[in-house]
This record gives sequence, structure tokens and C-alpha cells, in this order.
Amino acid sequence: MRLMLRLAALSLRNRWLATSLTVVSIALSVTLLLGVEALRRSARESFASTISQTDLIVGARGGSLQLLLTTVFRIGQPNNNISMKSYEAWAKHPAVAWTIPISLGDSHRGFRVVGTDENFYRHYRFRRDRQVEFAEGRLPQAAREVVLGAEVARSLGYTLGKQIVLTHGMGAAGIMDHDDKPFTVVGILARTATPIDRSIYITLEGVEAIHEGWEDGAAPLEPGHADEDHDHAAEGKDHEEHDHDHDHAEGGEQITAFLLRCKNRPDSLRLLREINTFEAEPLTAILPGVTMSELWGTVSYVEGVLRVISVFVVGVGLLGMLVAIYTTLNERRREMAILRAVGAGPGMVAGLFVLESLYLAAAGAGLGLALHIGSIRFLQDVVEQKYGLFLRWEGLAAGEIYYLAALLGVGLLLGLVPAWRAYRNSLADGLSVKL
Amino acid sequence: MDAITIRDLEFRYRKQAPLVLQVPSFSLAQGEHCFLYGPSGCGKSTLLSLIAGVLEPTQGRVEVLGQDLAGLGRSGRDRFRGENIGYIFQMFNLIPYLSVVDNIELACQLHSKRRARLGQASLRQAVEDLAQALGIHGVLGRPVTELSVGQQQRVAVARALLGAPPLLIADEPTSALDTAHREQFLSLLLAQADRADSTVLFVSHDESLGPLFTRQVRLPELNRV
Repeated sequence: MRLMLRLAALSLRNRWLATSLTVVSIALSVTLLLGVEALRRSARESFASTISQTDLIVGARGGSLQLLLTTVFRIGQPNNNISMKSYEAWAKHPAVAWTIPISLGDSHRGFRVVGTDENFYRHYRFRRDRQVEFAEGRLPQAAREVVLGAEVARSLGYTLGKQIVLTHGMGAAGIMDHDDKPFTVVGILARTATPIDRSIYITLEGVEAIHEGWEDGAAPLEPGHADEDHDHAAEGKDHEEHDHDHDHAEGGEQITAFLLRCKNRPDSLRLLREINTFEAEPLTAILPGVTMSELWGTVSYVEGVLRVISVFVVGVGLLGMLVAIYTTLNERRREMAILRAVGAGPGMVAGLFVLESLYLAAAGAGLGLALHIGSIRFLQDVVEQKYGLFLRWEGLAAGEIYYLAALLGVGLLLGLVPAWRAYRNSLADGLSVKL
Repeated sequence: MDAITIRDLEFRYRKQAPLVLQVPSFSLAQGEHCFLYGPSGCGKSTLLSLIAGVLEPTQGRVEVLGQDLAGLGRSGRDRFRGENIGYIFQMFNLIPYLSVVDNIELACQLHSKRRARLGQASLRQAVEDLAQALGIHGVLGRPVTELSVGQQQRVAVARALLGAPPLLIADEPTSALDTAHREQFLSLLLAQADRADSTVLFVSHDESLGPLFTRQVRLPELNRV
């Protein structure tokens, strides 16, 4: 066996150019496969760890996905609000460790404004146990103070002290500017690579302050303001239409939702039931992990597509290997015949082809893995900064081991094709070849 | 037991192809140095291939060292050849990506029975002794592709002789040499074959080499075709 291993290795080395090209071709396929797998896993983990250590998300009665999307991912419109009274009741529940209120409804140049309190900065966790941190500045303390997510500050070029005007409504265009009530930037959060980066944070008092007089769901008709026939009127929309567009947690009497952490995690299921059957107000409580899985499930076909593409790429790489070995068969008839003439036997000659194939697949897999690790090390910061995906090399995952093992298996099987041809070739035929 | 026994041998390359060989009887005693000659195309290399088990007879029987080769199957014939026959090809047939020493050792590496014939001597020692005797001691570590034709020829001889095969078959290995070198080479080959106690079947179209052998056979006289 040692002789066979050596012969196969030396034969490949003798054809170093074809060997190198084949190995590189397989390696690139493997790198792509592992890369896609790493990105897929990273996307899943990044997605799943957008929120951590929160046991329940509670909002007005409605769909669980919608509640998750609005409160965690800042996507879509909240369908209704919950009263501050209910929130306070649950916040004081003996089983509850902490709560984070979330009040949505305003935006600034397409970025969502989140009204919350200091609990958000103290308790909110993402990526297992990472806490929201300040890159610059401090918590908002006064009603007209605002903290920016990292992406907001970066893309708008805002710095501390900047005065900004919030817009009523959630669309990119907004509906009506609160230009009479500008806010001052007092803090900028460190990058989290989560939706936190794309939000603007104000206090609940701030939410209340900018909506003073909006109790009927519309801006107060102040002298002058009404005369100016604000943007909204110019767009020809009536206030009723507003209500559908941006059902707002206006003032201090309502919030959109709240995040909740139990003192004992096993209590979360009991609390979930209690909240969902709360008689004072129809509420919906969800387990974020469960709903996240449901949400991921709806886009999981993309994973499948990516995986299929990668497998095809690896397949093409392996077929390249087959072609590389097979096309050398003819020029190697003499070599095979000599081996048989000195007593190697057709089985051993066939075995040499299988071994060569295995060598190529193994070398391709090894080089591909090295390239994969190198790429991750080299690109991890860029990918994290640009796409919010956390790529880390933490050893081979079970799926990757499975892929590499399958690659070797298929490489071995493909080696059987030229091996069979070599086995069938007659000895006399090979010895009569004139080189 | 003869080294080679042939009875009623017939051979054609394909079913419908014309008969190439028809040898009613031929035998070669052990230890003989036989010179088989004849003009080009008379079937010398074909007969050697049948004796070495590279080809199978269309009809008849070829026994080598008492073994009917037809009864062995492809793998069996390859193994038998590797263990018992040293084959020197006209084109030398060395493996281009192996060094001189690796080429020489190949048959002994493949067959423990052949290696066992080396006795107490280690494989490397046996190779060095043989290389010394054949004058290629200084090139053992070099790739065969860097050798001259004469050196390649000696490597092919060393490979065939290592492990003292009972039968040594040589298919016109001197065709690339001039007369002086040819006789020098043959003397060396036969001396080494004697040392290994091998029976020699040497094929050539050059009748002038005949006197160097103990027996001379003209193939056209054996072959009825």
C-alpha cells in the first residue's frame, strides 16, 4: 500500500501543471461551498442573535411575525398600541426582571425613531450577551435629546450637537415634519451590525413632547401652522388616512410594544399565557426565538438555493478532476503497462487511479479549506462592517465535515471511471505504444 | 522441469485475423541461455509476449516453470510474471517519474516472494551490488530521464535481474547499441544471469550474437506460419 501511495503521488507530481490546475479548481469550488455555508450560518446566527436575553415581546393583539418585525427589525407598521397602564402593570409583575418600552411612529430621513427609556441601554442584549454601547456621547436625558444608531450617524454624517427634525410617519418620505420641535444629538451608539444601527432613539418623554396636542391623532391646528397648509395637506391626504399609515404611540399614554425578561426563564411560558389572556386589554406576547425561527423558515428556501448552487460548483470542480485524469489515460497507457509488466496487476493499476483521484480531491479540499480560513480571517472585518455578518472561523462545523467527506467520497467514486478503463486496457496494447 | 514448455501453440491477434504463430513444440531447460533469432516480423516479440503472459494463446499451451499461464487469469499472470520473470524490453520501458533506484526496485517492492530471494541482503544492498556490477552505481539517485540510452538499458537489466528471477526474457535490448558495446553488454547480462542462476531467452534479429549463447533457435524453423 505504501508503494501505491508513493507511486500515485509521484505520478501526480510528474504531471504537476495539470495536477496543480485540477487541485486549484477543486479548491476554489470547495472555498465557495464553505464560504456560502459560512455566510449562510452567519446570516442565520446574525439574524437569530439580533435580540438576546429577551423572553417575551408584548404588543397589541395581532400577528406574532408583525410584532417581531416592527419591534426588533423595525420593518412594517405596528397594527395598534398598548396602554401605558397595561405596560406598567406587567412591568411591576413579580416574575418580571425588566421591561423595555418601545414607542414607534416617527422617522427621520427614512430611519425609524424609537421612543424608549434607559432600560434599553441597560438591559437590551444582542449576540448572546452584547450590550448597547456608546461610541460617543451619552444617554438622552431631556425630552428633546436624541441618540443615533451607528449607521444613521455614518450615512447622514451627523455628529454630536447636530439639530435634527423628526418626521411624523414611518415612510421614507414621512408625512409631516415636527420642524417646530428640533432634537439635539447627544449620543451615537457603537456599531452592533443589527437593526439598532439603523434607528434613532429618543425618550418616551420626547415622544410625548413632539406629539403634544395630537390626542385626536393629528397635529394641533396652531395659528399660522394651519394657514401654511402643511406638507400633508399639500399631498392631498386627510388625517384619517394618517391613522392607517402611522398608527402612533402618541404621547405618554400609549406605547407600541415592550420587551420583557423574566426573573426565572421557565416562568416565561406561564407569563406568555397570562399576557395572552390578559383581560384588561387584548395583548399578544411572543417568544422571540420561536417567532424568529418561523420567520427564518419563510426565507429558508434561499438557503437551499445557495446550497444547490455551491454543490453544483463543487460538482463542476470534481468533473474537471475526472476530465483531467481521464484525458491522461491515453498518454499513460505505457506507464500502466510497464507497471503490469513488472507484476503490478490490473487491480493495482486501477487502484492507482482511484488513489490519484483521492489525492486530488483531498488536496483540493485541504487547499480549499485553507483558502476559506484565510478568506474569513482577511475579510471578517469588512464583511462585518459592510453587511453586518459575523464571520468567524471556529473549527469545522458538522455540516462542513459532511461536505468535505462527501467530496472525498465522490472524488473516490469518480476515480473509478478512469480506473475501470485502465483495468480494461490490455497489457499488450500499452506495451506496444510508441512514445 | 523445463523453464519453458510450449505445445501446439497457435496465436492470432483477433478472431478473424490471420495466424501469426503456430509452434507445435518448444522447450527450454532451466539454466539454458537461449538465443532466439529470425528476421523482423517473424513473430519473435509475439512469442516472448506469450511466454511472459502478456498475450494469451489462441490455442495450445504455454507452461513457464511448470505453470500453465492460461489457467492463471490476468491478475494471476501479472503476479506470476512479477515473481518469476525478469523482462527486458526493446524500449526499456522505465517509469519516467521514478528515480533509477526506484525503477530497479519496483518488482521486488511489488512481490515479497521475489524480495525473499535476496536472502540476507537488504534490498538497497542488493540494488547497489547489481548497479556496481552493471556500472550504474553512480546514477542510482538520478531520474531515469536524465540517463543516456546505454545507462537506461542497464537500469532495465538491473530491474529484470533483481530478485534473481528463474526466467529472464530479453526482447532485442541491444538494438540501439553498436557492435562493440553490444557484445560487452551481452557478456555482462549473461554473467549476471549466471550469478542469479536464471534461464535466459534472448531475442534478436542479429544472428552474429548467437555464439554468445549456449543454444540458438531460429524462430522460422519453429513457427509453421
